Amino acid sequence: MFSEYLIAGFLIMAGIFGFVGSFGLLKLDDPMSRLHAPTKATTLGVGGVLLASMVHGFTVEGHLSLHEVMITLFLFLTAPVTALFIAKVHIHRHQTPESLPKAGDDIKWATHDVSVETAEPKTDGPDERHG
Amino acid sequence: MIIYAALFAFICFALAVLMNLWKIISADEIADRILALDAMFINALATMVLYGIALGTEIFFEAALIIAMLGFVSTVAYARFILRGNIIE
Repeated sequence: MFSEYLIAGFLIMAGIFGFVGSFGLLKLDDPMSRLHAPTKATTLGVGGVLLASMVHGFTVEGHLSLHEVMITLFLFLTAPVTALFIAKVHIHRHQTPESLPKAGDDIKWATHDVSVETAEPKTDGPDERHG
Repeated sequence: MIIYAALFAFICFALAVLMNLWKIISADEIADRILALDAMFINALATMVLYGIALGTEIFFEAALIIAMLGFVSTVAYARFILRGNIIE
């Protein structure tokens, strides 16, 4: 009986988090604030569903399964990486080096620093790549 | 009681997927579109795991895992295509 309350609580929490995460994507004004809502709240929502699924498998179906831990770990590892890439896309398309704060010891932020990204191995002549 | 909580979560995630779809259609910059696509992958994964709870089966976990991996790879590939102009160098 207690486990049913636990599963129901996890499911309701997960539903609220998932809904809030996607609602924030529509509601927030600033693009980088919009980045905040789905990457945190939606990940927590999925985490709640997966926890409920684990408790459900252990108590109702009677065997412990660890598949959910794998999915949870994968999502919690990849959510920051996707957030970083989306933030880099935003900087690449909508910011200039003048509109950003100073980059500390470097001259520019890495997204704008083209000289690092296009550095190619030395070639002897300009036409070698076409040959 | 579990089935009512699962129904509530189904409704929440279905609305979330619809809002993501609306954001993909109406977004005015491409970072929002990538973000909405990523959130839509995650919400679809949650809906699939919920369906597994509601039916009392474990057959959907492999599908959920594959959706998680494809969602990550496609988001990174899309963002990289915007950043660099090509995906595999």
